[in-house]
Amino acid sequence: MVSKLLEVTDLETHFISDDATVKAVDNVSFYINNAETLGIVGESGCGKSVTSLSIMRLLKNTPGKIVGGEITFLDQNLLNLSEKEMRAVRGNQIAMIFQEPMTSLNPVYKIGRQIEEGIRLHLKLDKAAAKARALEMLELVGIPRAKDILNEYPYQLSGGMRQRVMIAMAMSCVPKLLIADEPTTALDVTIQAQILDLMRDLRKNSDTSILMITHDLGVVAEMCDRVIVMYAGQIVEEASVLELFENPQHPYTKGLINSIPKLGNYTERLDSIPGNVPTPENMPTGCRFAPRCSFVMKQCLSEAPMLKGVQENHSCRCWLSEVEKND
Amino acid sequence: MTDILLEVKNLKKHFVQNKGFLKGKKSVVKAVDGVDFFIYKGETLGIVGESGCGKSTTGKMIMQLLEPTEGEVFFEGANIVEMPPNDIRHLRKEFQMIFQDPYASLNPGMKVREILREPFIIHGYNKKDIDTKVTELLKVVGLNIYHADRYPHEFSGGQRQRIGIARALALNPKLIVADEPVSALDVSIQSQILNLMKDLQKSFNLTYLFIAHDLSVVEHISDRIAVMYLGNIVELADKQSLYKEPLHPYTQALLSAIPVPNPKVKKERIILKGDIPSPADPPKGCVFHTRCPLVMESCKTIKPQLKEVESNHFVACHLYNK
Amino acid sequence: MQKTKELEIMEEVLPQSYEKTVGKSPAKEFWKKFKKQKLALIAGVFIIFLIVISIIGPFIAPFDFAKADYKQTLQGPSWDHWAGTDAFGRDIFSRIIVGTKISLLVGFISVFAGAVIGTILGLISGFYGKWIDSIIMRFCDVLFAFPGILLEIGIIAILGPGLENVVVAVAIFTIPMFARIVRSNTLMLKSSLYVEATKSLGAKNFRIIWRHIFPGAISSIIVYFTMRLGTSILTAASLSFLGLGAQPPSPEWGAMLSAGRDYLGSAPHITIFPGMAIMLTVLAFNLFGDGLRDALDPKIKD
Repeated sequence: MVSKLLEVTDLETHFISDDATVKAVDNVSFYINNAETLGIVGESGCGKSVTSLSIMRLLKNTPGKIVGGEITFLDQNLLNLSEKEMRAVRGNQIAMIFQEPMTSLNPVYKIGRQIEEGIRLHLKLDKAAAKARALEMLELVGIPRAKDILNEYPYQLSGGMRQRVMIAMAMSCVPKLLIADEPTTALDVTIQAQILDLMRDLRKNSDTSILMITHDLGVVAEMCDRVIVMYAGQIVEEASVLELFENPQHPYTKGLINSIPKLGNYTERLDSIPGNVPTPENMPTGCRFAPRCSFVMKQCLSEAPMLKGVQENHSCRCWLSEVEKND
Repeated sequence: MTDILLEVKNLKKHFVQNKGFLKGKKSVVKAVDGVDFFIYKGETLGIVGESGCGKSTTGKMIMQLLEPTEGEVFFEGANIVEMPPNDIRHLRKEFQMIFQDPYASLNPGMKVREILREPFIIHGYNKKDIDTKVTELLKVVGLNIYHADRYPHEFSGGQRQRIGIARALALNPKLIVADEPVSALDVSIQSQILNLMKDLQKSFNLTYLFIAHDLSVVEHISDRIAVMYLGNIVELADKQSLYKEPLHPYTQALLSAIPVPNPKVKKERIILKGDIPSPADPPKGCVFHTRCPLVMESCKTIKPQLKEVESNHFVACHLYNK
Repeated sequence: MQKTKELEIMEEVLPQSYEKTVGKSPAKEFWKKFKKQKLALIAGVFIIFLIVISIIGPFIAPFDFAKADYKQTLQGPSWDHWAGTDAFGRDIFSRIIVGTKISLLVGFISVFAGAVIGTILGLISGFYGKWIDSIIMRFCDVLFAFPGILLEIGIIAILGPGLENVVVAVAIFTIPMFARIVRSNTLMLKSSLYVEATKSLGAKNFRIIWRHIFPGAISSIIVYFTMRLGTSILTAASLSFLGLGAQPPSPEWGAMLSAGRDYLGSAPHITIFPGMAIMLTVLAFNLFGDGLRDALDPKIKD
């Protein structure tokens, strides 16, 4: 039976400053099944990264604040845990890898020590066993000369190697959920292919669920089982990956798919979405996508549509799909 | 017969780094190590490659923002590398640049109007004409007149890049070097800018040198594409034959590595082993031989030259040395 | 994609309604942040108060600052003489008020002169680099090698004592500090993309320096200027205290301190009040400078 590993319900994360409150994540609900890869796709500022930081409760040093909702992970609400209890979840049951691995590695400690630290803390292994586990993990993620790398510092590694180390570190405690926030964005194409390949292998050989946050539809298409599309803090569409690319419902999703140039497809012009993402102070009252939408109707300007199922396992936040259903 | 607007011959840039002042050792980073190519009037030549391949350095040398270590750059037949600085300043009207980072390439303390007036002031235009020209420019790149009195930080990334494009267009140049102009932008904005650049090319008869790391973007906008790896051009061809029949093993790997936004396509992927070597210590012989799946003995010692193996399809690889 | 009629109508309305003209100029942004620095605001008000005093001081002082009254020497604070009188029976409160102008002027002129020269040197040094940079920076290193007060005493030893020479000495000491700060700013801005963009437009070096690099360095210059004002006022007072600057009977605060030295045990108010004036003024400039830095420095932007 497929069971839900993580369920996020009505999550509201706001950024509070002197002038205004920005609803960075606005009423977001989704779930991840066991051994499933869920992609969250969207452009900068859509709230995809804030969503992942909210799950990890890593908003402490930002103006961000979770003001509502529930994050249920293995039958407990993460938002009710104390900071100490949360630390036991982080890195152990939920691990995270970031876009820029250099910022998440401590530059003054050796690679080995950094990996071992988490292992000893969460798996309660002794020093020698932790070291053996670290070595095993480095070999698993395909790092050559793994033994030497244990004694090297982060700056001595290339970007791709650092990301491998991050993945080794994240996977070392066999987490139930791996959150990958733009894991390949900072990498070159040929290195990205290596890392994606590695993540596919890990997925095949373990039952870790992955929450993949990216702006790259290509990565989504290759890696994910289900996809959530976010725009201006809200989920606008949710579907399985095949369904989303075959039968996109929301005009934003359609626009995104059509606006990327595709290899070997010599069109003169690309379809594009006019205008820009609205800034928080200019957030439209109705549908947030309305000012850029080619199918906009009067209703869209005044009333905000809800996220509603259009088919089984496919939901969309658009007045158009409701109109069609009624017809 | 089409005219050649720009020709680059044996262009090199070597950066000398001091390695520890006690040892007095010097290491040479061969950022660009002898590239040759030319651009026809009105076409778009794309340069694609991964970080450290020297594509941006090449662009900057053509723009005379970096002094080449060796080699020649001919603009309309004249070698601009040897030109006195004052002549180059005047000639700059003819070749302009669009930068990667639309946040850093605009002076944060200047209003858009001042930014766009600057090229005209520098080249001594009549003060009365300037304001009409600025208004025109804003319209051409799809901005409004009321935008002129704002500061760069009040714009989104796409709008800033439009301002950058307007500035590059101001002096009616013949050549525009675009260094990763869309890689800092969101997908939906990227296509707006690419479309705008195509439209402008038609209406102003522009020639582009389009530098990017994203092969699908380069392929979309270019007529011909040069693939660079570690300071060398490894393949140069028109885009159809480069995509349909990539000859160099690196190009083949690069093409296969791009994630396809279609979950139904399951393609054979060539995954290269290892990292890109440091340009401070490039491999001997063919620079790609350390990662090449088809490496031969001769690749480790002899550096292959860029040769025309099919009509207008150049490749630097021993596989095609017959 | 097809356009609906509604869209066509909306396109005319949308641009304005969906991006309200904000028009945030850098100056407004600065004020927004500076407002929050309460201490700096208070310091700013105090500085304005000092400036006003320095202008109208001579007219509002209750007594003539130079007139001796031998019947009332070394009096403690009273209703007539708020800060008491000195060994010649002069009203200390009046002398402090009149002396404000001297301290502020000495501080301002010396820092201004040092800042102008230092900025020009820093711009040249950072922009052109190579040998000219080496020469300017070695010159700065030489000046830095002396302890500040010693260098100034040395300069005055050459030029001779007097308030004008204190100004010169403090200015010379200020030059290398500005040169260094402006140079590091210049180096950073020189490699910035917008300077490169201007270069590629064909701009001459002078234009790049004047229109792009100098404005980028100006916030650091302002912050440092304010901070240095406090220090320079203190230095000038110290030099006068040592008898190298303002000469009696000038109501310069440092000279007043010096004059009160002999009466420290019997009439401490002679030194306490000018001392307080110096301390409050220097403190105000430093707090104001701190506030400016927090509001202007892009690194601490939120």
